[in-house]
Amino acid sequence: MADSVGRQVDSINHATGKINRLKLFKRKELTKEEKQRLRKEKKQHKKNKKDDRGPPEKEKEKEKASVPAPSKPATQSPAHKAAPVPVNASASESPVAAEKPAKSKAELRAERRARQDSERASKQGKKEGGQQSTSSKPKATPNELQPVVKRLPDHVQVDDPVALKKLAKKLERQQVRQINIVMLCLLSDCCPLTDDGFIQVFSEITLHIPVTVIHPSIVRLGLQYSQGIIAGSNARSVALLHAFKQVIQDYSTPPNEELSRDLVNKLSPYISFLSQCRPLSASMGNAIKYIKKEISNIPSQCKEEEAKRILQECIDSYINEKIILASEAISKYAIEKISDGDVILVYGCSSLVNHILCEAFEKQRKFRVIVVDSRPRLEGREALRRLVKKGIRCTYVLISALSYILPEVSKVFLGAHALLANGYVMSRVGTSQIALVAKAYNVPVLVCCETYKFCERVQTDSFVSNELDDPDDLIVTRNGKTHLENWQTVKSLGLLNLVYDVTPPDFVDLVITDLGMIPCTSVPVVLRVKNVDQ
Amino acid sequence: NVDKNKLVEYFRAQIREDPDVASAVAAIRSLLEFLKRDQSETILGLRENQTKAIQRLEETDSSVAVSSGGELFLRFISLTSLEHPDLSQCKNVMIERGELFLKKISLSRGKVGKLCHTFIKDGAKILTHSSSRVVLKVLENAAADNKRFTVYVTESQPDSAGKLMAQKLHNLNIPVTVVLDAAVGYIMEKVDLVIVGAEGVVESGGVINKIGTYQMAVCSKAHNKPFYVVAESFKFVRLYPLNQQDVPDRFKYKADILKTVKDLNQEHPMIDYTPPSLITLLFTDLGVLTPSAVSDELIKLYL
Repeated sequence: MADSVGRQVDSINHATGKINRLKLFKRKELTKEEKQRLRKEKKQHKKNKKDDRGPPEKEKEKEKASVPAPSKPATQSPAHKAAPVPVNASASESPVAAEKPAKSKAELRAERRARQDSERASKQGKKEGGQQSTSSKPKATPNELQPVVKRLPDHVQVDDPVALKKLAKKLERQQVRQINIVMLCLLSDCCPLTDDGFIQVFSEITLHIPVTVIHPSIVRLGLQYSQGIIAGSNARSVALLHAFKQVIQDYSTPPNEELSRDLVNKLSPYISFLSQCRPLSASMGNAIKYIKKEISNIPSQCKEEEAKRILQECIDSYINEKIILASEAISKYAIEKISDGDVILVYGCSSLVNHILCEAFEKQRKFRVIVVDSRPRLEGREALRRLVKKGIRCTYVLISALSYILPEVSKVFLGAHALLANGYVMSRVGTSQIALVAKAYNVPVLVCCETYKFCERVQTDSFVSNELDDPDDLIVTRNGKTHLENWQTVKSLGLLNLVYDVTPPDFVDLVITDLGMIPCTSVPVVLRVKNVDQ
Repeated sequence: NVDKNKLVEYFRAQIREDPDVASAVAAIRSLLEFLKRDQSETILGLRENQTKAIQRLEETDSSVAVSSGGELFLRFISLTSLEHPDLSQCKNVMIERGELFLKKISLSRGKVGKLCHTFIKDGAKILTHSSSRVVLKVLENAAADNKRFTVYVTESQPDSAGKLMAQKLHNLNIPVTVVLDAAVGYIMEKVDLVIVGAEGVVESGGVINKIGTYQMAVCSKAHNKPFYVVAESFKFVRLYPLNQQDVPDRFKYKADILKTVKDLNQEHPMIDYTPPSLITLLFTDLGVLTPSAVSDELIKLYL
């Protein structure tokens, strides 16, 4: 994370780097100071991890002072986050132009940037004088940046202008009109949209090529995702598949085109649009892969009506097999693990875990449940509501009381957003904490996950790739006082609202899937078996 | 029912004649014999009778190995194309597969022995628990390889099986000492490695073995000594215990006690569960496995 921050900041400052390049002629002298600065940089970048919103806000801050900024209503967080995008280019000039002592950080970064460039040049052995290479470097480095950005496909770095330009070009190619988020706010006529940091990308771009309209059910879906109306990986996947069914229903093959090829191309802009609204989950990714495979497998002599019918059936069977029947199978295995007198701990709201507990209760198992909840989403309340409605005895605690109640607990049931190929469990933020404390108390941790959520990504920590939620959610008003109200004005403060975290496999005792009960380390085996099947 | 009694008789006779045979192998031989004598008219009938026979044998000998061996046997013989129209042909195919399976598993102990004895270095001090025929085979192979080593065996109450093991090792001219079960912590600093057998290997990679194994594993972890388990592949069973309480009662106690005693709380369990985190390596006829690889093998065997 530190690296990515450094890179994005570097790219913002690559323009400033040009100006600071003049300092390069003292390259040899810089070596000792370089090392000192490197150490300082490392410390700063560690701080910058939390400062995720710090740099763009800082730029905006300076930009306020020097350039008249568009007026931003306090609650319209998406709008004022949209502002840095067009202003970024100019904002990058202002810190250097200002030459204030407050911008020493930016200066240091620019110098580090200059140093990196000079080191690259010396390694490549292309130029001799640092000054001569200045003009080629800014061009060289964006290209070097791009391969780096490509390695993180859908997870665009939030403020990186180079990546933004690339993304804009890609969307342009796909003829997707980028929608101004302010417009969407007016359409939704209610609370501001949940901003998860990726909506910043939006800006109005007028295209000279005719634009294909996004299918209305996809637009509605995107809105529902970004507002948080549809949440939870199962719900999102099912909604996605239903929307695609509608799309296929309304699709008509253009003349001289093959359905199998054209439909896939049609779906790509929709998928880009959806990932702009909210990053795709692993389950959605797998569902999309399946649909694309099915579409491309349609024989070319198949009539359009027949092909549509086949596809609708495929989608229906996918939902049935992988989600509904899978949850039945998982409940069957899980109920074996629930014995009478158990005290079961659950976290947040997982549709699968709730289903298991309700089934177990119907099968006359005697147990009670402790629901752990955490801010800001407070999803545990939904789970609590469902369980209490069934008649299950429940206790409700916040996650801060975890070590207090764990001695009472006999088992922990957790849901998962995705299972990664190295055995790590990706789930709602707070899950890894629960698993850690449960391990310390020797309480078995069981993760319930359908196989369609297994993905081939590998991740060892929660920072390298995550989803960011609206930091304003962390602000709370208590006793009439709202402490973090003006957090943006405080320069050294950044609010971080992560959505997911990863749990290492050593903390998980058992994974219950529709294929049976497996240890966490056997996820790649299941992936292998599935690939062989396909 | 008459058949079932004959089956049990056959099973007991097998164990009597060949005391060195694994109980699971004896069970499978009996099942094969039962299959040969079976008069059912349909394949489904054959399978049902086999399942009932396995259950009957489990009542006789409640070890995990009989249960796992029986299930694997059944899977092996029926997991083939039984599309022949003639029943007797199908039956012959099944019997052939059964013979093949039996031959394979009879050789498995030898394979394990060959794999494991290389891990015993010259001058090693080995600690083992109770009486295991596989461990005996391993030590036999190591001794035949002209390696010098000493063995400590725990007494393993309540049946003092450890003393039997000590006797057998003594006959092989291996220096052996019997220690109390309670002395495992005391002796752990002296030994270089721990080798135990297993009654069953579970899906998580943990093992079910004679009571006292878990203690030994915890001690060896605390002293950083390698803890090796030797087991044949037919002992892989589709259980996944989370802790000691999660092991089914039908395995914990001897078969006759399960039938006669009402309150199991007063009885002592005969086996315990060792979780995979405490095991260094498992030696099986499928190769040398880490505990996490056991699940991989199980998926291959069962799915």
